[in-house]
Amino acid sequence: METLEPILAEHPVFKGLDPQYIKLMVGCASNVRFNQGEFITRDGDQADEFYLIRAGSVALDVYSPTKGEITYLTLREGEVVGWSWLVSPYRVHGDVRAIQITRAIRIDAKCLREKCTKDPQLELELYKRFVPIIVDRVEAMTMQLLDVYSD
Amino acid sequence: MATNQDSMTMRPFRIRRTAQDTYDTFTMELEPAGSGEFTFAPGQFNMLYVFGVGEVPISISGDPTDPLPLIHTTRAVGTVTKALQKLKKGDVLGMRGPFGSAWPVEQAKGKDVVIVAGGIGLPPLRPAIYQILANREEYGKFVLLYGARTPDDLLFPKELEQWRGRFDMDVTITVDRATDGWLGNVGVVTRLIPKAVFDPKNAVAMLVGPEIMMRFTIADLQKAGMADKDIYVSMERNMKCGVGLCGHCQCGPSFVCKDGPVYSYETIRDWMRKREI
Ligand SMILES: Cc1cc2nc3c(=O)[nH]c(=O)nc-3n(C[C@H](O)[C@H](O)[C@H](O)COP(=O)(O)OP(=O)(O)OC[C@H]3O[C@@H](n4cnc5c(N)ncnc54)[C@H](O)[C@@H]3O)c2cc1C
Ligand code: FES
Repeated sequence: METLEPILAEHPVFKGLDPQYIKLMVGCASNVRFNQGEFITRDGDQADEFYLIRAGSVALDVYSPTKGEITYLTLREGEVVGWSWLVSPYRVHGDVRAIQITRAIRIDAKCLREKCTKDPQLELELYKRFVPIIVDRVEAMTMQLLDVYSD
Repeated sequence: MATNQDSMTMRPFRIRRTAQDTYDTFTMELEPAGSGEFTFAPGQFNMLYVFGVGEVPISISGDPTDPLPLIHTTRAVGTVTKALQKLKKGDVLGMRGPFGSAWPVEQAKGKDVVIVAGGIGLPPLRPAIYQILANREEYGKFVLLYGARTPDDLLFPKELEQWRGRFDMDVTITVDRATDGWLGNVGVVTRLIPKAVFDPKNAVAMLVGPEIMMRFTIADLQKAGMADKDIYVSMERNMKCGVGLCGHCQCGPSFVCKDGPVYSYETIRDWMRKREI
């Protein structure tokens, strides 16, 4: 049977990670599918999971009471959804919505956090891989603020 | 570079057709009011004069192999461009040009080409796109990345659709703000660079957009492995004479009207990084 191991190992975020850690992560991983328009996570949810997109696309939204839902970034195949699982108090920031039918690998972050408490090296590796993702999201929001096409 | 006449001589051109592209952007087709030839290289611009109002530099957005009618796509932002927008079919305006340097379309032969346009940056690149497509087999991969504020701000949507349908060109579009029904990418155009497929060591990049967008784009092209000498930008500085006399368009030691608007980033980077030059 095909396991998720090679898929995880090949994912840009986990490329080069010690195979023993990939094996550990497979234990927390499952395949999921979202329909067009379906919410994957909602603002304020408990952040106990993250997703590796395999096909489709998702929108990262923030809600403004005056402007409604604002999409600030879309993510596609090869990208990661969710970093809040790594930072206490583990609450999701903003909504995530499937724009098309989207297939992803869901990683149970609670399961992964437990593994991290037993292995600080794994925790460090994950931090190294997720800090750039957090920076990427900050940059995307900054670009929105800059309104780069206006001048 | 191609100049058709004495650069200070204004020629009358008649508006053959005018069309509103978006709420603030319009395209005009112009033909010589008398007889006359016109040739230009992709990236060059003309000075358009609205009688009694003033003159503005506007890039040529048509096909260099079929230069007449002369095509200009303009965003109405201020005094002259708003007056230009009010002109109708049959009206006559003054034109001087073409001026300036061109996109390195010839030097790019045998290489991959990456074109990055932001907002009103697509029209100045369109002649280069036409020329590359006309000689497609002489280039490697051909990538067009285009970003606009909203889906309604996207220029030339029909043409983009045609280009997207080609197998020999990768077109990716993104908007900053999605509106209902938009299923495409959201995020600034720079984000498309890491996913674009091209060989950074054997590619030429051509970009136009607001300076802030170009700065971020350049940073991402560099991150992807491109050398400064292979990145070309078009600078849009205010102009008056268009021929290197008044100093209005100065950017460091060079005059954009005469040495630009197209520069290799290698030659302009120290001046682009400075504010208020
Ligand atoms: C080489 C080159 C090629 C170009 N190609 C194109 C092209 O293809 N298409 C295109 O649309 N543009 C192009 N431009 C830009 C175009 O030339 C300018 O938008 C145009 O010169 C503006 O002239 P204007 O008289 O309409 O605006 P101006 O009245 O001079 O105003 C210019 C800017 O100042 C702002 N402004 C005006 N009045 C005020 C005020 N009182 N207070 C504060 N701000 C004010 C306006 O909002 C506007 O952003 C090009 C520029 C160059 C240098
Ligand atoms: S516009 Fe006068 S020197 Fe360039």
